[in-house]
Amino acid sequence: MTEPFIREYRLSPLGDRALVIELGSDASEETALKVRSVTERLLAQPLPGVLDVVPAVCTLALHYDPLRIAAADDAGSAYAALAREVTARLQSMDGIELAQPATFEIPVCYGGEYGEDLEALARTHGLTVEEVIERHSAPLYRVQMLGFAPGFAYLAGLDPKLATPRRSNPRMRVPAGSVAIGGELTGIYPLELPGGWHLIGRSPLRMFDAFAQPPARLSMGDRVRFVPVSMGEYARLAETQK
Amino acid sequence: MSLKVLRAGILSTLQDRGRYGFQRYGMPVGGVMDEHSHRLANLLVGNAEDEATLEFTLAGPRLEFTQTALIAICGGDFAATIGGREVPAARPVLTRAGSVLDLAVCRLGCRAYLAVAGGFDVPVVMGSRSTYLPANLGGFHGRALRRGDELTVQRAPAHLYPALHRALQTAEGFVCPKWSVHANAALLAHDHHRIRFIQGRHFALFSEASRTQFISAEFRIAANSDRMGYRLEGPALSLTEPGEVLPEAVTFGSIQVPPDGKPIVLMANRQTTGGYPLIGEVASVDLPLLAQLPPGDTLRFEPVTLEQSEQLYLQREREMALMREGLRERAKQ
Repeated sequence: MTEPFIREYRLSPLGDRALVIELGSDASEETALKVRSVTERLLAQPLPGVLDVVPAVCTLALHYDPLRIAAADDAGSAYAALAREVTARLQSMDGIELAQPATFEIPVCYGGEYGEDLEALARTHGLTVEEVIERHSAPLYRVQMLGFAPGFAYLAGLDPKLATPRRSNPRMRVPAGSVAIGGELTGIYPLELPGGWHLIGRSPLRMFDAFAQPPARLSMGDRVRFVPVSMGEYARLAETQK
Repeated sequence: MSLKVLRAGILSTLQDRGRYGFQRYGMPVGGVMDEHSHRLANLLVGNAEDEATLEFTLAGPRLEFTQTALIAICGGDFAATIGGREVPAARPVLTRAGSVLDLAVCRLGCRAYLAVAGGFDVPVVMGSRSTYLPANLGGFHGRALRRGDELTVQRAPAHLYPALHRALQTAEGFVCPKWSVHANAALLAHDHHRIRFIQGRHFALFSEASRTQFISAEFRIAANSDRMGYRLEGPALSLTEPGEVLPEAVTFGSIQVPPDGKPIVLMANRQTTGGYPLIGEVASVDLPLLAQLPPGDTLRFEPVTLEQSEQLYLQREREMALMREGLRERAKQ
């Protein structure tokens, strides 16, 4: 018998209508791969009564309807019945074939009115604006998870020299498309939102579209590279998004 | 049939039971704050429980009906009137074409729900008719109602409450039966609100003193509470070892504690994930009550086990199933 793919996990309740599967305790790519694998499996073969599967850094949550689970199993709680189903699924998983992650090139117009915090951030780290742009557009980032807002992807892989604690006074309105740095992560604001990250540029691409399938441009595990563009190119690309 | 908005109120939006299946894209569930009142209002007018209702907050709208309409109002008490005559809550009301429903300032509770037989005719976006304001999607053009708006109502499938229709022929304004369903308003009459909770995933990370305080202290709902979260004022809660947790999924009723130690109960418009330690989750059966507590009200948390909380939920659902059957029979009379 082969070694099970998921060896260590912990199940716990998140209130009386959600169950959390913990697959690690770190933000490593190895843990993320497990989270993605289990998520894909539970989406491909849905468990009855589960309404939402929400992957995060080292956990995924199943939001469920206790009525639809209790009906199938009179002994014990709906949570216990679902936990048994989940356990059986996890134990039956052998290394899953995950689709190769997609790679996206995201155009960004850095600085100026589109990246109000770029100069200050460069000064903080003793870099020139050009060096910040170079360091930010060099890595191939990994989508760690989606959350915070519709279509917002937390991107891991930031140059450690650019890591910056969040602003102590968050902005009430960050424009849609803003490319920003928060802690050791970077991301693109999909909508106009309040936010405490440092704004370094703006992308003309729409990151969220309620009528698209899927509605978010990026999903967990995808790779992202930022490509610096001029204001003229930004304007031209923005036209194509309308 | 349509409703003309003569006055919009503070925050009046179309909501249903929320948007499921898209949380993995970061799309919040949203939907009604007080699901119990929303469902009762729909059932009273013969709608499916997930039909959109109009949720209004603190100060209500003023609405004109272009045709005869079967309506119900459940939740907080907004001193509803039609032509100066009080409109009783939590029962079916049949009102004449041209009548104007005035929902004044909330006297008890925080928000209420207006259901209209047939349901509001707005597009389903990502599986729901709920308005999600931050992304301007769903509901009525993705926004709160404004004066001058006209909401179309879908044709009601069945001719319900024939006795009310007969009575309306000789009555002024509107007619309604003497009976009502018991609604949240009764619960709100108490001064001390008890909100039951289950220990959260990070409960053990909190200091012993904080865990004790969480259960024994009184918390006040802060003024800056909204559909996204209820901010609580009370003793500051702290972790045994200061630290951070990795972001993970949250739910309706998750009680998260940011570094300032003041708990926030996540409500309908919560984000899909959060990055603060979770001390507990409110029992699902107590969420409708919590949703009716206005800023300034106080509450205490009372621990229950997951099994107790689930049993309470299933019991509430059994009562709701009986209510559904009972109202179906009543509507034939």
